[in-house]
Amino acid sequence: MYSKTRLAKWYMQFDDDEKQKLIEEVHAVVTVRDAKHTNFVEFRNFKIIYRRYAGLYFCICVDVTDNNLAYLEGIHNFVEVLNEYFHNVCELDLVFNFYKVYTVVDEMFLAGEIRETSQTKVLKQLLMLQSLE
Amino acid sequence: MPAVSKGDGMRGLAVFISDIRNCKSKEAEIKRINKELANIRSKFKGDKALDGYSKKKYVCKLLFIFLLGHDIDFGHMEAVNLLSSNKYTEKQIGYLFISVLVNSNSDLIRLINNAIKNDLSSRNPTFMNLALHCIANVGSREMAEAFAADIPRILVAGDTMDSVKQSAALCLLRLNRTSPDLVPMGEWTSRVVHLLNDQHLGVVTAATSLITTLAQKNPEEFKTSVSLAVARLSRIVTSASTDLQDYTYYFVPAPWLSVKLLRLLQCYPPPEDAAIRGRLSECLETILNKAQEPPKSKKVQHSNAKNAVLFEAISLIIHHDSEPTLLVRACNQLGQFLQHRETNLRYLALESMCTLASSEFSHEAVKTHIETVINALKTERDVSVRQRAVDLLYAMCDRSNVQQIVAEMLNYLETADYSIREEIVLKVAILAEKYAVDYTWYVDTILNLIRIAGDYVSEEVWYRVIQIVINRDDVQGYAAKTVFEALQAPACHENLVKVGGYILGEFGNLIAGDPRSSPLVQFNLLHSKFHLCSVPSRALLLSTYIKFINLFPEVKGTIQEVLRSDSQLRNADVELQQRAVEYLRLSCIASTDILATVLEEMPPFPERESSILAKLKRKKGPGMVPDIEEGRKDKNVNGGMEPISTNATTKSTPSPSTDLLSLGSSPALSSAPPSSSAGGLLVDVFTENHAPAAPGVPMGPVADDNFSRFVCKNNGVLFENQLVQIGLKSEFRQNLGRMYIFFGNKTSTQFLNFSSSVICQDSLKTQLSIHIKPADPTVDGGAQLQQILNIECVSDFVEAPVLSIQFRYGGTLQNIAVKLPITLNKFFQPTEMTSQDFFQRWKQLSSPQQEVQKIFKAKHSMDTEVTKAKIIGFGVALLDRVDPNPSNFVGAGVIHTKTTQVGCLLRLEPNTQAQVGGPERVLACALACARCRAVPSPNASLSPSLFTDVPSHTTDKQGHCIAAAL
Repeated sequence: MYSKTRLAKWYMQFDDDEKQKLIEEVHAVVTVRDAKHTNFVEFRNFKIIYRRYAGLYFCICVDVTDNNLAYLEGIHNFVEVLNEYFHNVCELDLVFNFYKVYTVVDEMFLAGEIRETSQTKVLKQLLMLQSLE
Repeated sequence: MPAVSKGDGMRGLAVFISDIRNCKSKEAEIKRINKELANIRSKFKGDKALDGYSKKKYVCKLLFIFLLGHDIDFGHMEAVNLLSSNKYTEKQIGYLFISVLVNSNSDLIRLINNAIKNDLSSRNPTFMNLALHCIANVGSREMAEAFAADIPRILVAGDTMDSVKQSAALCLLRLNRTSPDLVPMGEWTSRVVHLLNDQHLGVVTAATSLITTLAQKNPEEFKTSVSLAVARLSRIVTSASTDLQDYTYYFVPAPWLSVKLLRLLQCYPPPEDAAIRGRLSECLETILNKAQEPPKSKKVQHSNAKNAVLFEAISLIIHHDSEPTLLVRACNQLGQFLQHRETNLRYLALESMCTLASSEFSHEAVKTHIETVINALKTERDVSVRQRAVDLLYAMCDRSNVQQIVAEMLNYLETADYSIREEIVLKVAILAEKYAVDYTWYVDTILNLIRIAGDYVSEEVWYRVIQIVINRDDVQGYAAKTVFEALQAPACHENLVKVGGYILGEFGNLIAGDPRSSPLVQFNLLHSKFHLCSVPSRALLLSTYIKFINLFPEVKGTIQEVLRSDSQLRNADVELQQRAVEYLRLSCIASTDILATVLEEMPPFPERESSILAKLKRKKGPGMVPDIEEGRKDKNVNGGMEPISTNATTKSTPSPSTDLLSLGSSPALSSAPPSSSAGGLLVDVFTENHAPAAPGVPMGPVADDNFSRFVCKNNGVLFENQLVQIGLKSEFRQNLGRMYIFFGNKTSTQFLNFSSSVICQDSLKTQLSIHIKPADPTVDGGAQLQQILNIECVSDFVEAPVLSIQFRYGGTLQNIAVKLPITLNKFFQPTEMTSQDFFQRWKQLSSPQQEVQKIFKAKHSMDTEVTKAKIIGFGVALLDRVDPNPSNFVGAGVIHTKTTQVGCLLRLEPNTQAQVGGPERVLACALACARCRAVPSPNASLSPSLFTDVPSHTTDKQGHCIAAAL
């Protein structure tokens, strides 16, 4: 199955080869799952919480004791912000504006933790940044 | 809301990305990228100074190229330049490049840190955030050193903007994770805790994460966060869904913050303050109540957010494990989820219920869901859900339902996914053993396991069934009958042949009365499987055959014929050949009496933690891994000669040369002049043709790292470095011992000129007589060489002999000397006696020469079972209910030497009250003997080392121990 990583964000130290390996492993375990499966997969000593939107998978790797549903909705909250910010987001928006997507991520998740959950506040901040030169 | 157009702001970037996307092949893409790289390089090197926009654009292109997976080796300087721009968009690209392509080039780090410093002090919240995000994303030690002191100040300053506080809190969290030593909280603690009261829920969210991380490491310091967290949580859960405006998500008020607060509370026990405790209980009840209310929305987002909070609340209830009503309510709620149409919820309910099952308050409530869980095992489509169902069945199992649960697991095993079969096998084996009321059922279950999933039945499992059968004489006849029947199947798993061979070899006589399982029938049945088996199983069967010769003289002729055949006596495998030769010889020359002694029934195995359980814990990953110090193959089959397991954890020394250096002052050298150790070292390092050390000649440093481990056990790894592993297996009886030494070549290269010798210094020469059979001079790469020592204890001794080996590896001569764990206590024979006898004798042994007492600090906590095992391993009989003080341990034994026999009494008095950290005394151990000369001198490694290598978690329990003489 052909797959490309549109964006990856790391909160632990890995070297480039290890990152590549992790990405491939995540692809391998997530993309074989179907709608009847849970949105959670055990992964090494962690777990992956993921959600599929059309052809795009959003995956978060968290500690096994972390709250699955909170991160599952964390993904959706993020996707709703992207959708609002890019006005009906599609995969191409993420490709062409990859550097802005990093900003959206940093507004909502920092140091591997949830930073801000209010869509209104995040969007307000993003539009403020957008207006800066 | 205005949309962002595609790649606005940087047209050149958008064109480049389009070009790349239009490339038809990988080659075309690489060509286009190389063209672009050349272009950018020339722009960066050109005479004309680039404006900020161009720099930003080119740096962004480089970043894109890097993210496509290509190396970028320039542009870092330009990116750093962007950091000092006054324009947000330029700064942002600069920071992004730095965060993604972290490079610990020291020159740049200094420049980057300068730029960050400027931005942090700029009072411009946007720039401060960019700088904080960069620190949080990179999280390097250099950055921690530079900024760990500034960030707490920014976090708690009154005039800091909310969004900056959020970033500062999480930035600090990251630095605390990567370099905790550099982030002193101290003076900031209370103000950080008070962020839980902040009006801005985003700030509270970020702060809660920070406080949770800090509280996990240092709960006492952040204790005040409990009441604030409860207050905050209470306000959230009682608010109407519109109260929190921005922070309400699909009608659920601040779900993420609620989850975080509940997690913070899991760092602490239930609040002691009754008011706070009551308020928290109300919160938890409210959350449970809300789960029963009709949903405010049909959207899955609504139910997910609501249930996220619910599951976290249940985790807290389980963590507190103090309120039976809440626990039972939680269990009922999870029970509803077990049948929910959403797979996620069923999965999470199974997972959560697993922890509930271990609470005494909810164990029974969990058990009522057994049918649902069994059904899940049969019908769930997602293997991870079935896995959780297996886990839950395992957790809810007890004596009342073990038969049903084991039967269902066995059923499931027939079709289970390969990935989880081994784990299920282990679980079934453990449950069957742990809750067996009836050992015939246990034997049936394990044989079924082997039938259904033989390939997944690890050695631990079949070793265990044998241990149990050997230790329980009420099940031996049944076991023999059952394995005999199971072996009738035309195709049976090799593991069954092993179990069958072992059990019939021990207990075949119990069914030999029935003509259908007469000795000859048993033998023929086993032998019909022989040729289909692997070498280790055949070796085991050969041992069974010799045991048969003892059990059933009538088949002696038949078996001798088999042993005598060319396929045995001339077998290409040395192990098989050796067994055949030795067994045949034994059967020909030994008298019936000798045969009966040599081949008598195996003695019971010492009771200890199931090795299967240990294996399961190991499989289950980090956090639950126990110490696995005992070599796992200790229980050897039929006294066979399998090599020592390499699983045993040993401290491996980095290399032979550093090994020699680090052990230069080994205590074993005390008899040699100090200079000889240095001299030996020089010889080792500089001389190629160093003659083998003859007994008495000063040797190089002697390794004794693992020596003390062997005081109470006989098998394991004695020494290991990069080249070689030395394993031991030994057995002692009265004043005689036999030690198998296994030299494993860990490299892929042959060792040449291999030689080994055992050196007894000084008086030890007369006290201990050791014969060693010469070994092959070569050890192939990856191969193992076995050597046998025959030991006789002539009289009592203190020092230990030294094993010295020498070989040539890759042109260099290697010398290794290791203290051999042959200690006087190996020649103990345990002696049982009554309390009266014990104390009478104890009192008689009152002269100072008959008594040794030692007071010492226990290195580890004195776990009763571990201590008992140590004492038994030490060689004496552990005398139960002899000492009036139940916390004392007493033992008795007789040391056998060739010249004399010495009775010894031992008494160990753990003193748990002794002052912690008191200068010297903690444990006193006394040992008393009939002949005073035989008392091991107090500095001999015997008594204290018993307790110093007890593996355990806590370190400072203390004790007393006294001994007197017979």
